[in-house]
Amino acid sequence: MRSELLLEMRDITKTFPGVRALTNASLRVGSGEVHALIGQNGAGKSTLIKILTGAYRRDSGSVVFAGASVDFRSPQAAQIGGVSTIYQEVNLVLYRSVAENIFMGREPKRFGLIDWKRMNQEAKVLLERFNIFIDVTQPLGSYNIAIQQMTAIARAVSVKAKLVVMDEPTSSLDDAEVEVLFDVIRQLKASGVSVIFVSHRLDELYAVCDFVTIMRDGQTVLESPIKDIGKLELVAKMLNRDLSDVQSSGQTGFTARTRNASDGALRLEASDLQRGRALRGVSLSIHEGEIVGLAGLLGSGRTETARALFGADQLSSGQVAFDGRQKQFKTPGDAIQAGIGLCSEDRKLEGIIPYLSVRENLTLALLPQLAKNGVVDRARQAEIVNRFITRMGIKTAGADQPIRELSGGNQQKVLLARWMCLNPKLLILDEPTRGVDVGAKAEIQSLIQELAMDGLSVLMISSELEELFEGSDRVVVLRDGQSVATLTHDQISQESIMQAMAHGATINAGTGVNLESAL
Amino acid sequence: MAQKALIQKPNLFLAFVQQQGALLAFVALLIFGALRYEGFFAVYNFAELLRYNSMFGLVALGMTFVIMTGGIDLSVGSVAALTSVLAAQLSPHGLWIALFLPVLAGMVLGFVNGLLIAKLKILPFIATLAALLAARGLAFLAANNQSVSVATDTGFTDFGQGNILGVPTPALLMFAAFLIGVLVLRFSSFGRHVLAIGGNEEASRLMGLSVDQIKIGVYTLSGALAGLAGVILASEFGAGQPTEGSGWELAAIASVVVGGTLLTGGKGSVGTTLVGVLLLGLIFNVLNFENGYGLISLSSYWQSVIRGGFLLVVVILQTRLTKGQKI
Amino acid sequence: MARASSREGFGQKYGALLALAALIVFNMIFTRYFLNLQTLYVNFTQVATIVIVATGMTLVIATGGIDLSVGSLMAISGALAPMLFLNESLPPILGVALAFVLPVLTAGAFGLFNGFLITRYAIQPIIATLVLFIAGRGIAQVVTNGNLTTFSNMTFQFIGRGRPLGLPFQVLLMFALVALIAWVIRATIFGRYVLAIGGNEAAAKLSGVPVSRVKLAVYGISGLLSGLAGLIVIAINSSSDANQVGLNMELDAIAAVAVGGTALTGGKVNVFGTLIGALIIQLIRYTLLAKGVPDAVALIVKAVIIILAVYSQRVRQS
Repeated sequence: MRSELLLEMRDITKTFPGVRALTNASLRVGSGEVHALIGQNGAGKSTLIKILTGAYRRDSGSVVFAGASVDFRSPQAAQIGGVSTIYQEVNLVLYRSVAENIFMGREPKRFGLIDWKRMNQEAKVLLERFNIFIDVTQPLGSYNIAIQQMTAIARAVSVKAKLVVMDEPTSSLDDAEVEVLFDVIRQLKASGVSVIFVSHRLDELYAVCDFVTIMRDGQTVLESPIKDIGKLELVAKMLNRDLSDVQSSGQTGFTARTRNASDGALRLEASDLQRGRALRGVSLSIHEGEIVGLAGLLGSGRTETARALFGADQLSSGQVAFDGRQKQFKTPGDAIQAGIGLCSEDRKLEGIIPYLSVRENLTLALLPQLAKNGVVDRARQAEIVNRFITRMGIKTAGADQPIRELSGGNQQKVLLARWMCLNPKLLILDEPTRGVDVGAKAEIQSLIQELAMDGLSVLMISSELEELFEGSDRVVVLRDGQSVATLTHDQISQESIMQAMAHGATINAGTGVNLESAL
Repeated sequence: MAQKALIQKPNLFLAFVQQQGALLAFVALLIFGALRYEGFFAVYNFAELLRYNSMFGLVALGMTFVIMTGGIDLSVGSVAALTSVLAAQLSPHGLWIALFLPVLAGMVLGFVNGLLIAKLKILPFIATLAALLAARGLAFLAANNQSVSVATDTGFTDFGQGNILGVPTPALLMFAAFLIGVLVLRFSSFGRHVLAIGGNEEASRLMGLSVDQIKIGVYTLSGALAGLAGVILASEFGAGQPTEGSGWELAAIASVVVGGTLLTGGKGSVGTTLVGVLLLGLIFNVLNFENGYGLISLSSYWQSVIRGGFLLVVVILQTRLTKGQKI
Repeated sequence: MARASSREGFGQKYGALLALAALIVFNMIFTRYFLNLQTLYVNFTQVATIVIVATGMTLVIATGGIDLSVGSLMAISGALAPMLFLNESLPPILGVALAFVLPVLTAGAFGLFNGFLITRYAIQPIIATLVLFIAGRGIAQVVTNGNLTTFSNMTFQFIGRGRPLGLPFQVLLMFALVALIAWVIRATIFGRYVLAIGGNEAAAKLSGVPVSRVKLAVYGISGLLSGLAGLIVIAINSSSDANQVGLNMELDAIAAVAVGGTALTGGKVNVFGTLIGALIIQLIRYTLLAKGVPDAVALIVKAVIIILAVYSQRVRQS
């Protein structure tokens, strides 16, 4: 039933300073097979793939590809060897044309000069095979992400890859685009090319994959034809839980709470926020002591909403009322003064100041209150920092330790503390537990809940349905820059959130639309 | 983060101004000069204009490729000073030796720049700043702190001072170099890869481009062209001058930017750099005529003030025009 | 000096200190008359202007920027000062007083202009300060018509030739400024903001740091210190030459900062390191001179030092 093996990775071990990323992991892919590779963040998927594609070198183990033992030294070598990778963030050159991006590095030549005519023609034909009809001479950056991704795949196909690795290729595509991608994958399969498909969306796996490999804690825990394993069993294997656990709840640090926080006084009300193409009518409200979840696919305008509320980006229209007063925050500084904090999504790019100490990172936003005539009160600073290190359980060698030496979870706790020490009224958390290990995740989640109990209002952006489902008092769902549904109380379920994210509902934020009737 | 179309289709008018603004200004200035000054629209004036600016043109050509990779080369001026000294010292041995060995020396210095940047990962402006110092030091050492006169009996000076078919030889060389540059950028893998690296270095690496080699390549090219400019300097003015060439890097950068190449790399054109060079040259030509006209009198010191002001205007325009297009 | 990077900071400071110690020991053994007060004064007087400018440069670089215009700003302030204290229509005391204040403020204003270009138009610092690097010296030359002005005015020249308590004035000034800036970095909110911006500008902005104002201030300070250094140089020389004052100062200052262990990519800073870096460069120049090595070789040596310093910094970071 299974065709002959194209790839066999055995007993792969990889250690990073202080961390063992892979322990005797394995992966087998047959030719012409679409193979799902799944696991939680930190399970070792990316490390395994990076070893396959030559971005990392393995410590031990063997890789046999197309009948020969291989050890790719670079992504380039892997590509020449027949393994192409489509990355999550499209890794192409946006200023260059679509055709150039497909043929970069192996441009067709005539008399030693690039043959533009042939290059454009071949690129056009390649893309038309995937039912994509565009002007291939335009810069790649003038097209949307889906086209960019198709370009990347066309490139992989044109280098005659035997194996295409797709690392969460659907995370930024809408349904129609996903369908196009699946067509392409089926075509690849039909022509004998194997695909390794990494995704967190279970339905997609069942729609397109033949086999599945599940990883957990750096090890391969299951390999099976996908039709032989149910979704719940899949999740259970991934999380190392019993089936009964998955079916009930308790996957997060949020404890079941009586969802009645929406009764508090209105803290923030935003209506019809607009900003370019990113925000096209977002309305939401947050009450005192309430946790409002903000759901939506990538690119639906979640982060943009957070930034606009915080004054980091300017709105083109729309109203924001905070504590009953109309506000127009021009800078984050204004919002901070009013009592708002924003913990941004990308910890590395927008959160930590890597070389500065835990102390300086923690008190960065508080500094104006700590300074007298511009001079920082060191004693008060130390007192506050120590208090929060203890309270949040931040594991650090001391307040002097540079923050970049801390683990992701502890960095995130410092960033939370950066805002908590301001005693804010509203905290906007953009993916508060992304890239954080399981233990720290639960701690952060229960901390958020504790804060809300004390009266803090929280706007929590999350891609994890469990987090939204178990943590939120209400969930506002965004789609294409618009708020399409507000789910309250018992309307909130993983199912209803996904439905609204995917299909939308009538726009009527703040009042609690009944989703079923809206659909 | 939403990442829909990252490069929006620019306003067509603005795009035209950005791409052809230098050309428009150039033509306007030509017409202005022709109407206002006697002897401006004369073969002699243009020939000498081209002859003098050919040095800057060659340096700016190399700089264009460097900037398109997202780098910068501050060492071009002192490399030219060094090779002008070497050329002067080699001039008794005839033109070819005095031409090739200094160019080779420029190449070697550029190659070292490239190694420092690509292999040791030193920031381009620091690496080439060090090269600027070192080349200047070498120039003083070689010249023993004074200008070196060239041999006049070996045909060396004909190179810089002569004409072919009525066109100054250095200018012909510059035009040829730009023509090759245009072709290389458009039709060779090297040219396309230069643009790719400047556009997204990480992606280029993943696409299997030899990023390090290409970087070393552009700095070597820049060194060679600066070396050639130094030879022309010695030949045209009859002396190797270890103190010459300071500020050339700035003139070159200004020309490149005026030509519409993005300072952040990834997007640019060779042809418009030539227009940028000629435009800058023409501005000073017009100023000279204006001085001769007697209405105003600008000392030569105004040159650097004007050059700085010009760079300022151009850079501000560029940031305005590319707004919303940046990645 | 950032406590944040205590471990690496110590390592880097240590490396530079070792190099300095090695140079001193070498000279003690091989250079005659090295160990005498006169030699010490000569070296310190010569290094003072570099250190003063480099201290401002350290702040600029700590925000992730660069200031190429420092030498030209020195020339501007050096050109303006004699016009004031040699001006016969002003009472001598007022003339000198103005000569201390106005040129420095002018340079500071030009520094603010740099900061304005960088914050308002988001122009890369290297290009933005290139404008005044070119135009600034031109302005100084235009103002003086390119002429050399010689003078003898001991009141004004106290700044370069005075010896309170027997110590050269500008050396005292240099130490005071280094201590002041080090204190500012360590103890004030402004210092934290500088480091935060250099370390991660986006994060700083989202934490409410007034990024534009801090950057403006940093370039303004760099301008002020350059102006001050310009005054010292002309006071030492008893003459002002717009073509010469501050020539190549940007290179010396950047080199001192790099050798001193401040990260050129910003976010980490070591003000005392800059002082040591400048001393190393000065001592090497002195040593080469004492050994009869031509000035040209000193340039090459300086180039090698910059590369070595930056490279070792990079290695330590990775």
